[in-house]
Amino acid sequence: MTFLLTEDQEMLRDTAMTFARDELPITHLRTLRNSGANGVDPETRQKLAELGFFGVIIPDEPGGEHFGLVGLGQILEAQGRTLAATPVMQTALIAASALQLGGSPAQQAEWLPKIAAGETTFALAMDESAHFNPLGVATEAERNGQGYTLNGMKRYVPDAHHADMLIVVARTFGEAGDRHGLSLFLVPADAKGVSIQALNTVDSHGAAHVTLEDVMVPEGALIGAADQGADVLEPVLDRAAIGQAAEMLGSAQAAFDMTLEYLQSRKQFGQLIGSFQALQHRAAKMFTELEMTRSCVAAALSAVDEGKDNVAELASIAKARASELVHLVSNECVQMHGGIGMTDEADPGLYMKRARVQEAMYGSASWHRDRYARLNGY
Amino acid sequence: MAYDESVDLEQFRAETREWLEKNCPPSMRTPMKDDEVVWGGKREKFKNPDSKVWLERMAEKGWTAPQWPKKYGGGGLTPAQARVMQQEMSRIKARQPLFSFGLWMFGPALLEFGNEEQKMRFIPDIVHGRTRWCQGYSEPGAGSDLADLQTRCEDKGDHYLINGQKVWTSYADKADWIFCLVRTDTSVKHEGISFILFDMESPGVEARPIKLISGESPFCETFFNDVKVPKDQLVGEVNGGWQIAKRLLQFERSSISAGGFGGTGGSGILGPEEYAKQHIGTDSDGRLLDGDLRGRITDHKMYAKAFSLTVQRQAEQAKAGQAVSHTASILKYGAAKMNQDRHELLIEALGTEGLGWEGEGFDPAAKKVTRQWLRSKGNSIEGGTSEINLNVISKRVLGLKDHK
Repeated sequence: MTFLLTEDQEMLRDTAMTFARDELPITHLRTLRNSGANGVDPETRQKLAELGFFGVIIPDEPGGEHFGLVGLGQILEAQGRTLAATPVMQTALIAASALQLGGSPAQQAEWLPKIAAGETTFALAMDESAHFNPLGVATEAERNGQGYTLNGMKRYVPDAHHADMLIVVARTFGEAGDRHGLSLFLVPADAKGVSIQALNTVDSHGAAHVTLEDVMVPEGALIGAADQGADVLEPVLDRAAIGQAAEMLGSAQAAFDMTLEYLQSRKQFGQLIGSFQALQHRAAKMFTELEMTRSCVAAALSAVDEGKDNVAELASIAKARASELVHLVSNECVQMHGGIGMTDEADPGLYMKRARVQEAMYGSASWHRDRYARLNGY
Repeated sequence: MAYDESVDLEQFRAETREWLEKNCPPSMRTPMKDDEVVWGGKREKFKNPDSKVWLERMAEKGWTAPQWPKKYGGGGLTPAQARVMQQEMSRIKARQPLFSFGLWMFGPALLEFGNEEQKMRFIPDIVHGRTRWCQGYSEPGAGSDLADLQTRCEDKGDHYLINGQKVWTSYADKADWIFCLVRTDTSVKHEGISFILFDMESPGVEARPIKLISGESPFCETFFNDVKVPKDQLVGEVNGGWQIAKRLLQFERSSISAGGFGGTGGSGILGPEEYAKQHIGTDSDGRLLDGDLRGRITDHKMYAKAFSLTVQRQAEQAKAGQAVSHTASILKYGAAKMNQDRHELLIEALGTEGLGWEGEGFDPAAKKVTRQWLRSKGNSIEGGTSEINLNVISKRVLGLKDHK
């Protein structure tokens, strides 16, 4: 395992950081929010495509070079810094991974180039309750003559309000709770029977409830083997959790930097408030947590690229610790800013709102602690 | 001709493997026993005679201090070679031949600040484990505020005369020599401190062990009453000792966190989840019945993993020449928290089995946990309290200003 970036990855990181700072500053999120865009931003999508960010884990030709999840992690971290709403997580990470891990050669040939070019965006429609629960899927996929008929309801699907395609997790066998019997399907978002209810969310990124009513898909829409969808889904969700942790690391770092700057400029009692030991120690503790979580995220990203067998365990560590970190730092950010931190005009609140969404995605800290314990036999 | 270190390294690995196979006695490839740890010095008993052979062979090659210069008896290895040597030792589960404050703290500082004569005089004896050193830092009135130390050192023309008292001197009753912070100027604070070395058998030195809450006595109170010290045993400049003291503290904090307060190993103590399984039980899916404890154990295990990944990451970055600022304080703070949390969880999982003190009726490993749990409370005090480390992080790393 290595914690060091290659020269190419280092350049990608610089590009992503510069792009986030110059093109997607936090004022950009405010503008989108205030105009009611609900996280829909075709112009940014176009710029990301031009930069090649959608194809970071997709080689130009099969088996060719690419930046790896480590590279993609740098982009997500950069976006996390400014709370940018982009299709990168759902499309460049989740959809690309699902197709790479489970897609047929024909599916890969059709979709991977379109993802890499930013032509097609995706959304993973999985959860049906208010909590992350991959095995809890009950949406039915029934065999018909030419393929499958899907019926069910998906809740809070990120990007589903603007994605071109959905990857729907449905059940071809068994019942909610069973690992066996899950299957993944490619479904155009405008297919007959799909209805998308856009949601206004606390972080202004938006999301959607998705209803599937007698949606017909052909045999070729199935990703991987029928009933064996969990074999593809689980590693995809581990990568998503790791990518999400990278984004959270960026958000936590930015909220921390903002807090530190405030501690070094705000005066009370004739002193910089950063000279008060009660605040200094809390800042120092946040910094140690940041450093430790950075190590976990880096280790998890590189474990995926190196094909290590402990990816699931590292994914749980990275996501659980990043969740705790971003929660702590965003709350301290509001608290240490005092009254100004409570205003809509100041940025701390935006970090706290986004943090709650990040924490809930791809398994909360307690979900991952439970899974870590299961993996370790207690 | 292009130099290819990897070819050299592979050859070095082969030679090292062969040498270790030939020279590491079989009993030195078993887990360390608490009473077989070798600290060296004049009074070392070598309970297991093989440990003497092992130390001598390793010291002969300089491999007790693999990266120190050959000139002073060290191994002269490059960082890459030293790593290969460690890997090869781990491969055969070889014991560490020598535990030593000389190796971990004093030696590195002397190599940086000592003059040639001092290095030639003291370093080889550290490498060979012939001299056991102790650290004269804390005083009854100077703990966290170390620079407030008052032990006097007066210039008497042809020698120095030392009067005062140190406390928390680890193993002062077993050490041969002491590296000591003393006051050579009373009119200033940090700029009035010097770094001096002397023999613990000098007239006027007395060490009294302090009994701790864990029942053990690893520390002493140390008294100096008109102790005469030759002038060539002062390191660096007169009144220039604070720089050396701080640098040495970094070595100390690093060695504490590298070991993670893990002790000398081989103690037979299980993880908290194992004791919880034994004493609390699991449901039909193998989950611990106490869900709350299960979550807290996991939190701790994740912290421990994050800690070791951070040690690895910082080592890699340092190796690659990337700036790593004041990591010693971050790691010292984290190591203390980690070890204390671990022992709290162990005691909790053991229930009443973890409440034995001595005698029959308790699992011996559990009794060890009890003592270690009490001992671990010192982790956030020794080598700089956690609060002092947080001060260092907030001021030197984050750049926050002092209160006016």
